[in-house]
Amino acid sequence: MSMVIQGETGDWEMVIGLEVHAQVTSQAKLFSGAATDFGRPPNSQVSLVDAAMPGMLPVINEQCIYQAVRTGLGLRAVINLTSVFARKNYFYADLPQGYQISQYEQPIVGEGEVVLDMPDGSTRRVGIERLHLEQDAGKSLHDQHPTKSFIDLNRSGVALMEIVSKPDMRCPEEAAVYVAKLRSILRYLGSCDGNMAEGSLRCDANVSVRKPGEGLRTRAEIKNVNSLRFLQQAIEYEARRQIDLYEEGGQVVQETRLFDANKGETRSMRSKEHAHDYRYFPDPDLLPLTLTPAYVSAIKADLPELPDQKKERFVREYCLTPYDAGVLVAEQANADFFETVAKGRDAKLACNWVTGDFAAVMNRLGRSIEDPPVTAEHLGQLIDLIADNTISGRIAKEVFELMVETGQAPAVLVEERGLKQVTDSGAIEAAIDAVLTANSGKVSEYRSGKDKLFGFFVGQVMKNTGGKANPALVNDVLRKKLEG
Amino acid sequence: MSLDKVAVKNIASLARIEVRDEDLDGLAVELSNILRFVEQLAEVNTDGIAPMTSVAHLELPRRSDQVNDGGYVERVLANAPEQQDGFFLVPKVVE
Amino acid sequence: MSPTQLTGMTLRQARDGLLKKSFSAVELVESHIDAIATHSQLNAFITETPDLARAQAVKADERLARQEGGPLEGLPIAMKDLFCTEGVRTTAASRILGNFVPPYESTVSANLKQAGAVMLGKTSLDEFAMGSSNTTSAFGAVINPWKRRSDPEARLVPGGSSGGSAAAVAARMALAATGTDTGGSIRQPAAFCGIVGLKPTYGRCSRWGIIAFASSLDQAGPMARTVEDVAMMLQAMAGHDPKDSTSAPIAVPDFSAALTGDIRGLKIGVPKEYRPSGLSSEMVKLWDDGIDMLKDAGATPVEISLPHSKYALATYYIVAPAECSSNLARYDGVRYGLRVEGKTLDEMYAKTRAAGFGTEVRRRIMIGTYVLSAGYYDAYYAKAQKLRSLIARDFQQAFELVDVILTPTAPTPAFAIGDNDEDPVTMWLNDIFTVPTSLAGLPGLSLPTGLSADGLPLGLQLIGRPFDEETLLRVAGVLEKAAAFTALPPGLGG
Ligand SMILES: [Mg+2]
Ligand SMILES: [Zn+2]
Repeated sequence: MSMVIQGETGDWEMVIGLEVHAQVTSQAKLFSGAATDFGRPPNSQVSLVDAAMPGMLPVINEQCIYQAVRTGLGLRAVINLTSVFARKNYFYADLPQGYQISQYEQPIVGEGEVVLDMPDGSTRRVGIERLHLEQDAGKSLHDQHPTKSFIDLNRSGVALMEIVSKPDMRCPEEAAVYVAKLRSILRYLGSCDGNMAEGSLRCDANVSVRKPGEGLRTRAEIKNVNSLRFLQQAIEYEARRQIDLYEEGGQVVQETRLFDANKGETRSMRSKEHAHDYRYFPDPDLLPLTLTPAYVSAIKADLPELPDQKKERFVREYCLTPYDAGVLVAEQANADFFETVAKGRDAKLACNWVTGDFAAVMNRLGRSIEDPPVTAEHLGQLIDLIADNTISGRIAKEVFELMVETGQAPAVLVEERGLKQVTDSGAIEAAIDAVLTANSGKVSEYRSGKDKLFGFFVGQVMKNTGGKANPALVNDVLRKKLEG
Repeated sequence: MSLDKVAVKNIASLARIEVRDEDLDGLAVELSNILRFVEQLAEVNTDGIAPMTSVAHLELPRRSDQVNDGGYVERVLANAPEQQDGFFLVPKVVE
Repeated sequence: MSPTQLTGMTLRQARDGLLKKSFSAVELVESHIDAIATHSQLNAFITETPDLARAQAVKADERLARQEGGPLEGLPIAMKDLFCTEGVRTTAASRILGNFVPPYESTVSANLKQAGAVMLGKTSLDEFAMGSSNTTSAFGAVINPWKRRSDPEARLVPGGSSGGSAAAVAARMALAATGTDTGGSIRQPAAFCGIVGLKPTYGRCSRWGIIAFASSLDQAGPMARTVEDVAMMLQAMAGHDPKDSTSAPIAVPDFSAALTGDIRGLKIGVPKEYRPSGLSSEMVKLWDDGIDMLKDAGATPVEISLPHSKYALATYYIVAPAECSSNLARYDGVRYGLRVEGKTLDEMYAKTRAAGFGTEVRRRIMIGTYVLSAGYYDAYYAKAQKLRSLIARDFQQAFELVDVILTPTAPTPAFAIGDNDEDPVTMWLNDIFTVPTSLAGLPGLSLPTGLSADGLPLGLQLIGRPFDEETLLRVAGVLEKAAAFTALPPGLGG
């Protein structure tokens, strides 16, 4: 869905590529045995290697290689059997070695793709350029002291996967859907927890604009956008800025820009007075990383079902619409919850409940799927009670609220509170007779052609039976009595 | 390659080594001499020769994913020129 | 035994003496502490650790009494100040690390400790091991104990970068010492000081805890007064270390057992390109004599060709500075070492590094920064790494024909402090015979086989196949016996 922006001089389109830094799920760091936990006291998770003490050397964590390969396979990407770690040299207070160990010319993962499920039901393919492993830097705190910055190296050396997309996105929404989909895949794989608030998933956007049909123009890189909403705002703002610049006769310069979430603007990081020249070269402390085809195929054979496959299966097995299936599979826990509810039951009904009332209650109560207000088993039992006519759909909503309140099984609640549907035709006939007798005037009106009153009679019967009368039966008997 | 003052200043800046302006000319001559010396490599035909990645013809060894290091703030900070509350301190960085 | 007799022994003799209880480790260590004081004008040590040494000696005597001593139990050695030693200041001879006290121990020094060796102190070196004269140390030049006959007043360099270790061993201040060699830093000072030095195969000794200069070249090795002593030291220093990704997972052979004295049938390579026209006639003669000695012992000299070796220095002076520019980026005044305050972070970096690094180190960092910078990488660094492949291939092909290679160690004997200072490239020519070996990662050993006309020691270098230090030591042992080099620096009882 190419979004066209009207400018003074005609139409423009956006060209967006994303670089996502995803923290690899591992106990220890990429090249040291220090822990990776979030939120610990400063410098408490720092080894001598992470602090770049003289003479310290890196040794790679096998789990990080494993996670990178799995992620590459999850992105349907080429796994490079030989990759090389290189040093990216620059000075910064939270970069203890004076270089970041990264991968440059030969990354561990090459080209792949991500399929986006757009809200209108269409799909879009976004190419993956590469995925490489690299070290995270430490953290600088600038607000602790009037003249000093504080340096905490706990993050220093934590493994990151830098996932670089091709410039395949054309609007901010696509960018957001891309990040969400990538996050979903990473979480399915368990290779990154995807927590944007804690910085486990960070996003830089490369944005340029062009006239439709043109080649690529100069791009700006927007750093550190830490929510999907900000990502869209930042891209929107940046594209507009570039278009205005061009239309005023100016030129876009290739630069790094920072998104200011308070002002909703991007601004140039001109404070970086030194031109960047990273002087990459292969890290002489490490040898090339070689993988065997057997290693890669064993990982491939062991991959979990990923969102795209699950979505396809949900459409096939549960006859869901692609859109419903896409919503359900975005989070593995949601998908699992749904499958527990749907197994052996009416899938459409299950889907409506999970994405409807259940999701609404979750939102209202601020609960998570890991701590649901109603268990999948109970929700399944509720659907069973509807299916075997023990309760009506209307009563089911009432029972569901009671389940949320009490945590009790639906069968127990229905029993205790006498909510069972009345299917005894004698009782229903009696209730109908009482209504017809009490409203003889309306009966005459109906019989003289005021059809619309049928609904009124049904309502009265239901009201008098506390909603428990089987609606189909009520309809049947009522019609017979009125016509008869 | 002959380096001029500007080039030397730029290299020094990349390397974060302060060089006094009056030393730039001398350094330019010195570094240019060295570059001229190493540039003799240009006369060797290296077509089709792979650059050496390591003299050690080994597999990259891997560590297991175990936490067995860190947890010693005092050792990390022991030689710090300036520290407070468990942090290293540097002149304020403005972004 | 008299103190000079105690310091005059070889490592092996001292070991035997301790086991026979002819003297105690405490006596042995005391006599070396005295020798260090006697020769303090040589400035071989940056940090002396006599109290630590005495305490270690007491412990060593206890273990020896219980017959639990390690293979180097109670033997006093010196440690190049590039090896991080826990709780003992480690400087790399640089102001930038002036007060750095590592909270950790390098693998090699830990191995030596484990073997029972007693550390007398930390020896001087060229700053960050960058040099061939030991004049770039921030703690002052080291003086070679040897003197020119023609000019005994001239103060000669011990060679570098392991000059402090070489001087300490030559002047009988330590029975042996550790060195590191990046382009000749063990072999050239060993030759200048009339001792034996061995740079093992890259990967034989762990680099963990050794302050890095050029990671793809740096290798620790022993310096001692005999081939046998060097074998004993290497035995303790070597071994696979999982903390160093470039450490070879290869078993350490029994190096002393390799000294069989029998080299019959071995082929000795003599590279024709290593006879530049400028090589002095006494050096040519030393080399030819060496070839004859090995021939007499039953080996066969074979002329070989190492055509790319002439590019080794230029290759080295791209690769080593490039790696050093990156390795030394960590000295930024943030986490340890010198800090010179500045208004901004960048100003602090620039002032700290300008004040902390000496001229040669700054020069190499700048060259290294340049050759890696955008637009120049292919012309310099990538080109040099290709040359390195060619140089290594030359050796590989030569070793299909021969078992070891014999060359001079350095083109000249020790020169005077201040000579060769004018032009760095002239100074670098010292390493012309040692650098090719380093680039190929091969083991190289230097041993003294004669004196110059002016009374200074001259060394020959043996080069071996990867991880074949045994053959190297075997041939060196034979050469040592045939050359019978017994001269001592003046004033040391020679
Ligand atoms: Mg990037
Ligand atoms: Zn990155």
